Amino acid sequence: MTILSKLLAVSLVLGIAGCTNATGGFGSGSDGSSNLDAGLVSDQTSPAYFQKAIGDRVLFPVDQATLTDEARTILVAQADWMSLNTDYKAIIEGHADEQGTREYNIGLGARRADAVREFLISRGVAGNRLQVVSYGKERPLEICSEESCYSKNRRSVTVLASNLTG
Amino acid sequence: MMKVLVGILAGLVLMSAQAMAQSGPLRIEITEGVIEPLPFAVPDFVPDGASASEISAQLSRLVASDLSGTGLFREVPASAYISKVTDFSAPVQYADWKAINAQALITGSVKVSGSRLTVQFRIYDVFSGDELGTGLQFVGAPDGWRRMAHKVADVVYSRITGEGSYFDSRVVFVSETGPKNDRHKRLAIMDYDGANVQYLTDSAAIVLAPRFSPTGDRVLYTSYETGFPRIYVLDVGKVERRVLEEQDGTMSFAPRFAPDGRTVVYSLYKGGTTDIYTLDINNGKSKRLTNATSIDTAPSYSPDGKQIVFESDRSGTQQLYIMSASGGEARRISFGQGRYGTPVWSPRGDLIAFTKQSKGRFHIGVMRVDGSEERLLTASFLDEGPTWAPNGRVIMFTRETQGAKGRASLYSVDITGRNLRPVRTPEGASDPAWSPLQK
Repeated sequence: MTILSKLLAVSLVLGIAGCTNATGGFGSGSDGSSNLDAGLVSDQTSPAYFQKAIGDRVLFPVDQATLTDEARTILVAQADWMSLNTDYKAIIEGHADEQGTREYNIGLGARRADAVREFLISRGVAGNRLQVVSYGKERPLEICSEESCYSKNRRSVTVLASNLTG
Repeated sequence: MMKVLVGILAGLVLMSAQAMAQSGPLRIEITEGVIEPLPFAVPDFVPDGASASEISAQLSRLVASDLSGTGLFREVPASAYISKVTDFSAPVQYADWKAINAQALITGSVKVSGSRLTVQFRIYDVFSGDELGTGLQFVGAPDGWRRMAHKVADVVYSRITGEGSYFDSRVVFVSETGPKNDRHKRLAIMDYDGANVQYLTDSAAIVLAPRFSPTGDRVLYTSYETGFPRIYVLDVGKVERRVLEEQDGTMSFAPRFAPDGRTVVYSLYKGGTTDIYTLDINNGKSKRLTNATSIDTAPSYSPDGKQIVFESDRSGTQQLYIMSASGGEARRISFGQGRYGTPVWSPRGDLIAFTKQSKGRFHIGVMRVDGSEERLLTASFLDEGPTWAPNGRVIMFTRETQGAKGRASLYSVDITGRNLRPVRTPEGASDPAWSPLQK
């Protein structure tokens, strides 16, 4: 049998991919630290005092953005501190535990961060000093798959940044 | 760069059209759920010259592995063969293949001349003693032999099932390293079977949920490069990216292309709520489609571009809704027990794939567009994020294991719930998105 071939000339192009360099990202993550010099906990005007003595984070119930009484107590103190220390602004990070789909958890983290932001504003902090970001379930603090870990991961963290460096 | 030229063997195109029209009794009906896979034989394609023998063997094995991997076909091992195929043009000894119950026989030849690889093949319906369709020829570069094998397997699959195929396709995904509390993520792209992995970003910033354009040349994804989630579009060939949405005080995520390839639907968090918007990537014009205090996210277009399926917790829990592509009233389609998220419209238009959370377990499932005939295909500690094979018959998704050492990896399953298989990746992997069939 003779084989004749008729080319239909269907062609395609395969891309050759290399690596690109992403530009450096914002330096925060799950630990609530930023590039700021935290200072000493004993100094009531220091970010270290805000983080450790007041508490930079509050925890949330499962699939909720409701502020508990405990959370409100911490946030009142955060708001008071920010009202006194006007050289600082803050990014409020919202986080979720791993029991949820990725996109929904970004929405849930945003809702939590927003609840904190609204509360701080209601206590007198200017809205333009407060930004929100949601990490969804991308940045857990604790890594076990049990409620003891989940309860710590369902959090918001108020991360201070200097007002002066833009 | 690689080119593959497709040709029809055996002369007259007219004859081939007739041969294609009568598909004969060799047939698999995928929708019925195949319990007994169809036995086939792929003797190593006949090498034309010694230099072709290695590629020939590899290529033939890959054709067999594509077909067997579907769960619809079962390879009859070479050790059972009675006939040897040493001449691609010689008549087939049907009795010898019948005797070992090979219902389909695929023979071929492989020739390497310089930088040119030529693959010819034919498919036989052994029990009717006939060729199934006409022979074909692919021409390309020798390093493109994997794609040629996938193309051969695509033809075999399509001729026997009467359905579109998916082997010559790619998957873009998030490659993951590190423990849960220090995970590094970067975008990667690979062949559907896990071969030829290339990285498209580094892991300096979190990247999430890449999605192909309708032609497979661009990828939308979410990155935290600026410190906030923003949607980007990446040219796969040039590996160049640009941000699409950049408003202070907002976050954008969950992007997906419309079938027109220029409209992007996505979630935007702004002013305290997460709603669904569209953006024309050519002129930058955006439009708000939902306006509620609920979390409205994970939008996905119908193949005709007229409707959008998405998830919302407006009823109190995550459920699936369908609205017009221009927004307006949405109708709920999920009513079962539990939470439903990440809906994805099948490329065939008939089904919606989703993630379901119920009683502490996660499932990948499918339902009809009206919400009927819900079928759960998987169950585990954490399954999520389905993506459709180009033929709408197979779904790939992320499975994450439990506990401190939990790791994400990719799996595929067919829409009957059969043939659950891991997809091999060099590192942990999540958020797969299947490309259209390559041209």
